[in-house]
Amino acid sequence: MNTRIGRPNFFVYAALTVFVLVSLFPFYWSFLVASRDTSMLSEHIPPLLPGGNFFRNAARVFDAVEFWKALGNSVIVSGTVTLTTVLFSALAGFAFAKLRFRGSNPLFVFIVVTLAVPTQLGVIPLFIAMADLGWAGHLQAVIVPNLVTAFGVFWMRQYIVDAVPYELIEAARVDGCSVFRTFVSVVLPAIRPAAAILAMFTFMMSWNDFLWPLIVLNPDNPTIQLALERLQSGYYVDYSLVLAGTTLATIPILIVSSCSAARSWPASCKAP
Amino acid sequence: MTSTVVHEPRQRVRVRPSLKERLANWDVKVSPYLYIAPFFVVFGVVGLFPLLYTAYVSFFDWEIGDDNPKFLGFGNYVELMGDGQFWHAVGNTLSIFVLSSGPQLVVAVLLAALLNMRLRGPTGWRVGVLLPYAASLVALGIIFANLFGPRYGLINSLLESVGLDRVEWQANRFASHLAIATMVNWRWTGYNALIVLAAMQALPKDVMEAAVVDGAGPVRRFFSVTLPMLRPTLVFVVITSTIGGLQIFTEPKLFDAMPGSNNGGSTNQFQTVTLYLYQQGFEGFDLGYASAIAWVLFLLIVVIALGNFLLTRRMGRIR
Repeated sequence: MNTRIGRPNFFVYAALTVFVLVSLFPFYWSFLVASRDTSMLSEHIPPLLPGGNFFRNAARVFDAVEFWKALGNSVIVSGTVTLTTVLFSALAGFAFAKLRFRGSNPLFVFIVVTLAVPTQLGVIPLFIAMADLGWAGHLQAVIVPNLVTAFGVFWMRQYIVDAVPYELIEAARVDGCSVFRTFVSVVLPAIRPAAAILAMFTFMMSWNDFLWPLIVLNPDNPTIQLALERLQSGYYVDYSLVLAGTTLATIPILIVSSCSAARSWPASCKAP
Repeated sequence: MTSTVVHEPRQRVRVRPSLKERLANWDVKVSPYLYIAPFFVVFGVVGLFPLLYTAYVSFFDWEIGDDNPKFLGFGNYVELMGDGQFWHAVGNTLSIFVLSSGPQLVVAVLLAALLNMRLRGPTGWRVGVLLPYAASLVALGIIFANLFGPRYGLINSLLESVGLDRVEWQANRFASHLAIATMVNWRWTGYNALIVLAAMQALPKDVMEAAVVDGAGPVRRFFSVTLPMLRPTLVFVVITSTIGGLQIFTEPKLFDAMPGSNNGGSTNQFQTVTLYLYQQGFEGFDLGYASAIAWVLFLLIVVIALGNFLLTRRMGRIR
């Protein structure tokens, strides 16, 4: 193969660098404001280096809202949702990719079509149902609707089709494995990269979910996003305080995404 | 499909299969349905049921906590069709959608093409590009409202320092749409680029090599080989960003200078349909009317998504 294909030059790196800098800028900006005080915003040319007030502002966040509780709630919700989404999506993806059963094709097409149904619009009846169940205000009201997604099933199915050869599954069956045992011992190890990416996307989505928690949870049992929104809902917005809060809330998700990205991508990008 | 998991049992001499064999057969038959069941249960509860129930509620004058809702027939819909604020919100939504989805898609595809080259440290670049997706929307709303602040915002400071007029990012209708679209683009471009990138990497190499052998340059290869072959993924990205874009809620809600307000600006200049829905349902407690808004928005999404689907397919075919 011609080795010159796709060899990037200086301009490619320059373009990517600009893009990444633009991507990073709002994060940096919020840290900047959080590490100074609000007066910096009224200066004509704002300073571009962080000041020394970050920890003071961060401490005020913990006084202003129940930050630990919100953080704990978000970890519980996002953790559970991520686990179940990856597990159920992998199981369903395995069934659609490698098992033969009546109705498999139409059912899969149906799942893809449901991607087009805006579930967000169902918030009103869902709220009524949750209120009837007595779940409104409790975390399960946020967890249960997100146990598995159409995107997850679609994603895992597409990956498993190519990543798991039929021979392996056959071999497991000849050895007397049950279908579930085959899934655990043969399929799961083979799909780890795709599962890690799905886990990352799901965690981010769940961590950042706003509309539905806003509707169904109470202010005294918030997720992290609701706590952030509360920080800024006074008449006077203290931006150093609010942006210290947003910076704190972003740290966990940056850690999760960097870890899982570093683990998953190099492997998944090997050509099969 | 040469060999699959499910084999018809071969003709055997034995009359009855042993218990173990029957269990194994049962396992093979039932397992697939068990594995796909969670999705259908969840979808039934959070997708299908709400959609139908919303339709039902939309025919009533139904307030939160009301035990005897009054049946209105199409009353809510009739009222909605004459509701100026609703159409204003539809206009805002479409305007923000066009300003965000178009540029975003083009940049995402180009970015994916760059990321598809043999870069040094590919993972680092990918994470860098995806970072905005990790940003919480609430954080983002606050940061961008701050950046686009009319008095102390960084953007206006920059504009002034190069001798331009400051822009009323909140008060001016079009400017506010532009600011919100910027927020959307900033957050989603990298995400879509990575989805397109995943598809690019799955493209068969031999077609590309054939194009090289035929003497096609990189630009020609991109437009004549890569793009047409990416069509299924592009359709997917276009559809999902249509659905997401038309339901936009958090960005305009948090962009509002009045915290906690659902008005979408002092003159509703950036109130989107979902924001209006939220205002009617959970601020005005009029669930029937909000449900009618939900259904009209759903139909609107279906129509526009379908249009985009046909358009994307056709564009691919011409090439």
